[in-house]
Amino acid sequence: MKFLGFMLLLAGWLLVLAAIVLLPAPALRFGFVLAGIGVEALGLTLTIRSHLIPREEKG
Amino acid sequence: MMSLSGPGLSETATAACIFFIFLVPMAAAGLTLISAGLGRSRSASHLMMSSLAALSIAGLVYFVCGFAWQGYIGRPGHVLVLSGSSWNWIGSEHFFFRGLALDGTPASLAALLQIFSVGLAALIPLGSGADRWRLRAICASTMVLAGCTYPVFAHWIWGGGWLAQLGANYGLGHGFVDPGGASSIQVIGGLTALAVTWILGPRRGKYSPDGMAPAIPGHSSIIILFGCMLALVGWLGLNSAGSILFTGGETSRTVLIGINTMLTAAAAALTAALVTGIRFGKPDASLTANGWIGGLVASSATCAFVAPAEAVVIGSIAGAVITLAVEWFELRLEVDDPGGAVSVHAIGGLWGILALGIFARFHGPVLNVASDSLRISPEGSASGQLLAQLVGVATLLGFILPLTYGLNWALNRFCQFRVSAEGERQGMDLYELGAGAYPEFVTHTDEFLPR
Repeated sequence: MKFLGFMLLLAGWLLVLAAIVLLPAPALRFGFVLAGIGVEALGLTLTIRSHLIPREEKG
Repeated sequence: MMSLSGPGLSETATAACIFFIFLVPMAAAGLTLISAGLGRSRSASHLMMSSLAALSIAGLVYFVCGFAWQGYIGRPGHVLVLSGSSWNWIGSEHFFFRGLALDGTPASLAALLQIFSVGLAALIPLGSGADRWRLRAICASTMVLAGCTYPVFAHWIWGGGWLAQLGANYGLGHGFVDPGGASSIQVIGGLTALAVTWILGPRRGKYSPDGMAPAIPGHSSIIILFGCMLALVGWLGLNSAGSILFTGGETSRTVLIGINTMLTAAAAALTAALVTGIRFGKPDASLTANGWIGGLVASSATCAFVAPAEAVVIGSIAGAVITLAVEWFELRLEVDDPGGAVSVHAIGGLWGILALGIFARFHGPVLNVASDSLRISPEGSASGQLLAQLVGVATLLGFILPLTYGLNWALNRFCQFRVSAEGERQGMDLYELGAGAYPEFVTHTDEFLPR
């Protein structure tokens, strides 16, 4: 899950870069940049969840 | 390889810049005191020693290779051409400052500022790893930050890199703008702190099996609050020097920068005190200090381009968000961050970057822009600026966080980050340095009970 989370972070960033390079229309570009940040948010959520401490290891 | 035309500075601007740069070590002193005060007394000496080691290593590594990869506007860099646009991705200077005239040129002043500010970035994770991060691992992690993560991103925003050129190449406002280093210093330090906290895991006894997270209070609120005051002086220097060097700001603009820096920090601290007063019945000194520093962090991005009233709004939001984020990270996300560095520096910095996109007013071109397509509205806001700032945020989260985590994770394989259970029980001072910070003080026996 941790690896997948970091991959999603990277994928979101690449989506943002692709939007900047490939889409000239401002509205479309803004939408795709937000979508990229959304993918990053998903990746961050997965990464955070993968770092939660298992109950048996607490204490 | 290519180079852009670089800026020139008047004699007055050069003298002012040197004065401001020499204030920056105060910020380092302030952050060190805050981290030491927020940690336990039995690790205070270790934290001070680690801070000195981090500052030394960061400066040396930056001298060896950091500046070579960061470069400066108008200096050579490696360029990738993509769809007809150039992507300047890394500097191509010589190692050891060779080829750089150390005579007061803007590039040499940038190198002088960076040799201090890279140390500032390296200090940020120390508070997060307090009470369990080994000294040799701190040194190794600092080398990676100063030699790789920091210079690469700093080149992108301050060395004429692709983020700075988003305006020129793709019509996104003035490109990514951040005069005081809210991104390259603060967010990079904060994200490294998050990575280190994840790798280290929480302190023993921090999270109990029944889901409780007992507070482990800092050992001296006096040290913390004095650190806040020192940090203000350093930040005034950092924001002013950065604005002159990296956005071509005039010396007279430092009046506005000073006012905005103070107002943002003040609003953030008072909001943090208010929020903690409402939530806990009394204002919390350490969270108020976190709010103050968070305000300073946010001001690093916005100080030169917003009106004083907007600085108050930005600071108020920073104070509220950071106070809630500290609690959220600790209790919900189980990130044991004794210094609150992730909330203060990463969240505060990200908010500052976005706030610039929302509130900034530009009254002329910014240094890193050579775009004819830039449109400045009568009110002064540049179209596309928010999008440029969003691309910067996406880069920090999508590229820098995986990079810094991966590098520190690999380092941890060779050089164990976390101290042994015995070391944690004894305290870092005794275990790693052989002597405590306060040897004449009475030691409470419960400090040595296994947790």
